[in-house]
Amino acid sequence: MAETTQLTRHIESYVDSSSTPTHQATSLDAIGLLIKTNALTLEALVRELDMYLTSTDTVIRARGILLLAEVLTRICSKPLDSETIHSLVGFFKERLADWKAVRGALVGCLALIRRKSVAGMVTGSDAKAIAQSFLQYLQVQSLGHYDRKLCFELLDFLLEHHADAVASLEEDLIYGICEAIDAEKDPECLMLAFHIVESLARLYPDPSGLLASFASDVFDILAPYFPIHFTHPSSGDTHVQRDDLSKILMSAFSSTPLFEPFVIPLLLEKLSSSLHSAKIDSLQYLRVCSSKYGAERIAKYAGAIWSSLKDTLYTYLAEPDLSFTLPINGIGFPENEVVIEALSLLQQLIVQNNSQLVSLIIDDEDVNFIINSIASYETYDTISVQEKKKLHAIGRILYITVKASISSCNAVFQSLFLRMMDNLGIPVSNIDGLQNSAIFTSQNVKFGFLYLCIELLAGSRELVVLSEEKRETYCTLLHSYSTVLFNAFDSVLDVSADRCLPGPDIHIGVKGLQILAMFHLDVFPIPKSTFENILKKFMSIIIEGFNRTVLWNAALKALFHIGSFVQNFSESEKAMSYRSFVVDKTMELLSLDDIALPFSLKVEALSDIGMTGMKNMLTILQGLEGALFANLSEVHRNLKSSEIAAQLLECYSCKLLPWIHENGGAEESIVQFTVEIWSQAGNCMDFNSPFEEKGLLDSMMKALKVSVGCCSVESQNAIIQKAYSILSSHTKFQLNDVGRLPLTPGAYDISPRDEGILLLFASVIIALRPKTHIPNIGGLLQLFIITLLKGVVPVAQALGSMVNKLIPKSNGAEKSGEFPLEEALDIIFNTKIWFSSTDMLQRCNGSSNGSEMVLTDLCLGITNDRLLQTNAICGLAWIGKGLLLRGHEKIKDITMIFIECLMSDRKSSLPLIEGSLASTEEQKSDPLPRKCAADAFHILMSDAEVCLNRKFHATIRPLYKQRFFSTILPIFQQLITRSDSPLSRSFLYRAFAHVMSDTPLIVIVNEAKKLIPVLLDCLSLLTEDIEDKDILYGLLLVLSGILTEKNGQEAVIENAHIIINCLIKLVDYPQKTLVRETAIQCLVALSMLPHARIYPLRTQVLRAIPKCLDDTKRSVRREAVKCRQAWASITSSRSLRF
Amino acid sequence: MVSGLINANPVIYEKKQRQPRSAQSLPSDEYRVEPIDQQEIFDHIRDIKDPEHPYSLEELKVITEEAVEVNDQNSYVRVTFTPTVEHCSMATIIGLCLRVKLLRSLPSRYKVDIRVAPGSHATEAAVNKQLNDKERVAAALENPNLLDMVDECLAPSYD
Repeated sequence: MAETTQLTRHIESYVDSSSTPTHQATSLDAIGLLIKTNALTLEALVRELDMYLTSTDTVIRARGILLLAEVLTRICSKPLDSETIHSLVGFFKERLADWKAVRGALVGCLALIRRKSVAGMVTGSDAKAIAQSFLQYLQVQSLGHYDRKLCFELLDFLLEHHADAVASLEEDLIYGICEAIDAEKDPECLMLAFHIVESLARLYPDPSGLLASFASDVFDILAPYFPIHFTHPSSGDTHVQRDDLSKILMSAFSSTPLFEPFVIPLLLEKLSSSLHSAKIDSLQYLRVCSSKYGAERIAKYAGAIWSSLKDTLYTYLAEPDLSFTLPINGIGFPENEVVIEALSLLQQLIVQNNSQLVSLIIDDEDVNFIINSIASYETYDTISVQEKKKLHAIGRILYITVKASISSCNAVFQSLFLRMMDNLGIPVSNIDGLQNSAIFTSQNVKFGFLYLCIELLAGSRELVVLSEEKRETYCTLLHSYSTVLFNAFDSVLDVSADRCLPGPDIHIGVKGLQILAMFHLDVFPIPKSTFENILKKFMSIIIEGFNRTVLWNAALKALFHIGSFVQNFSESEKAMSYRSFVVDKTMELLSLDDIALPFSLKVEALSDIGMTGMKNMLTILQGLEGALFANLSEVHRNLKSSEIAAQLLECYSCKLLPWIHENGGAEESIVQFTVEIWSQAGNCMDFNSPFEEKGLLDSMMKALKVSVGCCSVESQNAIIQKAYSILSSHTKFQLNDVGRLPLTPGAYDISPRDEGILLLFASVIIALRPKTHIPNIGGLLQLFIITLLKGVVPVAQALGSMVNKLIPKSNGAEKSGEFPLEEALDIIFNTKIWFSSTDMLQRCNGSSNGSEMVLTDLCLGITNDRLLQTNAICGLAWIGKGLLLRGHEKIKDITMIFIECLMSDRKSSLPLIEGSLASTEEQKSDPLPRKCAADAFHILMSDAEVCLNRKFHATIRPLYKQRFFSTILPIFQQLITRSDSPLSRSFLYRAFAHVMSDTPLIVIVNEAKKLIPVLLDCLSLLTEDIEDKDILYGLLLVLSGILTEKNGQEAVIENAHIIINCLIKLVDYPQKTLVRETAIQCLVALSMLPHARIYPLRTQVLRAIPKCLDDTKRSVRREAVKCRQAWASITSSRSLRF
Repeated sequence: MVSGLINANPVIYEKKQRQPRSAQSLPSDEYRVEPIDQQEIFDHIRDIKDPEHPYSLEELKVITEEAVEVNDQNSYVRVTFTPTVEHCSMATIIGLCLRVKLLRSLPSRYKVDIRVAPGSHATEAAVNKQLNDKERVAAALENPNLLDMVDECLAPSYD
């Protein structure tokens, strides 16, 4: 009983029109749930609803019926027996007549008709009954939007799923549908309406059947919608897009051939409209309709379609891109939707109505006009604009015709191609006689002819790929004319050698040869000899034509395309000839000294040819190796060969290696190359000064670094072994003893050759993976420490890389036999470096005996040797960077050392050794080491290109910069406020400036309030020294970041006054344009702040800006104009005074 | 005084392609002086809106790049503009806009000379005199309505 009262409450709450929609929905859900869980039968519900369903109050009745219908929707998966369904159908279909309750009836019918067979479906006769009553009672267009949608859904579903049942309704159905969809305007309803028409057409497919007599009426309703013009906002509540509607209308149009007499004339008419979308739509519809209607029906329109297509192409085809971007196929036209659609329609028509279209095209007067007059088109620039347009359009049409099918291709070649040849005086009968003579002299090569040839060739090339039968007429023709064509294109390029043709003509020549070379089959239709001739031609351009940049580049690109193409058929004869004619020749170029081709171009050709395929690349790599080592062994005798070697190495590391790495594999050859460099380095070190050329050493280091970086752990192990053996055998470093002897920098006066090898070794270390095993790490560490004190920076970077990658004890470094990180750090920071007394004598004027100290002591300047101190600081900075990246604790100590250096006039904290006390005055006045310490922060925070990055497998902890910044910020703040000496403060500022400019902006913005005053102080401090302009700029960018970021606004508003004062000083900073420009931009950004805050500063800015209007740089002046306007118009435009 | 537009149907021309200046200057160029030239002046004034149509002066060919004469050393610039119709009463407004824009954009050392192209306006001499009379220009800018109008025309040229 309780349930019944609950049910009544739910029903009442739903029917009551004053309750809220959410209430109604919950009651509905509750009732649905009751039925689903079998707590309530449908019958019981109907009985309970009885009153509501039959009430004479229309509102209550409507709600009651809707309730029943909605419940049915909710229980669509609950099985119902057929009797229940039948009686429900009977009820709802009756109710369709009740226009006041029609919503409920519609929802109910829909819910019933949508039931799946597993849960009990409506029978065919029931469906028919619903349809009948629908057609009888409903005036769809007089209903509201939502009801109309329901009506269309119902109709659509009936047609889609109960087609057989409703088909028997015949005329009534068609009338009813026409009436329903007539003048519908809502996009969502239209989507359904168009689909209904499509289904209707499927229902009566008979060409002479029922629909035939109504086709005109139905189409009259559809026609006004074309082309779809959509004014709805795209982001409204409707989700229908113009394209969806257009597509579905297209399928309605093309649904039955019965529409053909009405559709095609309409489309042709709209094609000539000036509305862009109408054109595109018409072309699309025409294509789809013609494929659906079939060739026969379209045949009678072919002429009309052809002529309007031609007109469209004339108007819309833009100037082709005859520069050297060289798309692989055919001529590159700028993308245009109309053109694309028009061409695909043409292709469709040709495929469908081959003979008819081909004869239309071949007999067309425009086509013939062009074919007959090509003799008059000498060069590209002499053709008039009108004729150029025609030429392009006809070219495209021929391209499509040839591409579309074999028979159309044959027809075009047989008629047009031969006629063209005739016009040029090369009749078919004479072809064999002309085979070997150079018939093309400069007079009779015509641009127009070549242009059309290219379109024909490009089309037939694509056809060859698809077709099975190879001995087609067009192939035979091409075969017999191949030499003629080659000569024709070839002569353009020859002619250009002395007559200097403009770009487009050269382009046509190169392009033609390229397409000829890229026909798919090995010997047919283009014979091998022609292919080889083409390659020879291009190679001769490469070798001799280097002073004609346009031609040279085009030829190289063409060779590249041909190479990549033949590479796909690597065993074919053409690939063989490519290898022997191009790849081998290019390699020979390297060793030939007597040709005039500049070496940089040789290298460019080399890398381009290499990139055609892995096989060629390896051959090229070998050639490069040969040339490189030959030159390396000459280095000490010949300055030029060191330049050449450097260029080759540069090409290797910048072009070849990235390509090899990207395309995978071939690691052995990289390893081999690297090992070979080491052997060579070992050998050529025997001469005393092998590296006078700094450039060569740099490129060797770079090449080593990048190639080691690409290798796997195993290969790296091999390389490092080789490198280590060279290092220990070819240098005077006593690697094995270094651990036992005290470290004395004086003992290592490094000879240039030792330094060279050491640098190469350091570059290998930099690029190693963390897992690679490094031999004798202890010895190496000591060696590195000593050499970094000599100021060898890469060694410091290698040291940084080592501490970055070594595995700590906690991760089991000891078990695996690796050298643990802790031990390495111990060596670095605790090894005593021993200075013999003579050493110190030189440095400290004999006031001390020999002494020992560790690296960090050196940084603090205990020896009083400035050079030693700066080197130590720089080295420590790189070590610190390695530790910082991996997030090691030790970085804190290192940072403190740097800070100590910065503040080094606070003597008290320094444990100075005796002898150096005397000269502290001198130390104070010498700012170099302190500047170096400030710069160390730059090394720590910036992203290095040369080492310690992802490419060289550094261990990088996420957010390490943020973390470092937040630890160091309070320290600096405290020190800066407490520091009483202006000098130390200035160094602190400088160091902090480095930190700030390299920290991610988001962190800075969060701290903006604290940072802005410091930042401004830094800015004004940095203006003093011209050397600081870059860091000044970096800092200014940080400030502009804060200004533009939303979060920073508050802090900016507070400090607006001092910010503006500071910026005004920067607007005429003479050393860097970008600083001035950015400062002015910042001022513009400040003018957006609340008026009350900035109004008082207005006159100040307006007084400062006019001098920027007279700046030496244009960009600054432009910004100044904007800035002046922005500030002048702060309150009202009227207040600008002159 | 409500009347129709003075030139109800002006001819619209295409905008000239803006050529980007040769890219970023190299560091070695840091101290090289880039003098104010014809193109720069033209860039200042090309986007000024016509007082009666929503088109820029460039689109209406009231001004062209060739009509700007500039001599940076002598701090002198002369802009010759061509009103769209001969009796255009907007000529003075256009001239005023040009003058104001250049005054605001050029360093104060410049002398700006604004002229109507010879033969393109019915009262050429009067207009020229009016536009180059400092007192009258200053007086015109005291007039709030006039200044509003000028500012409205100049607005697009600051973007």
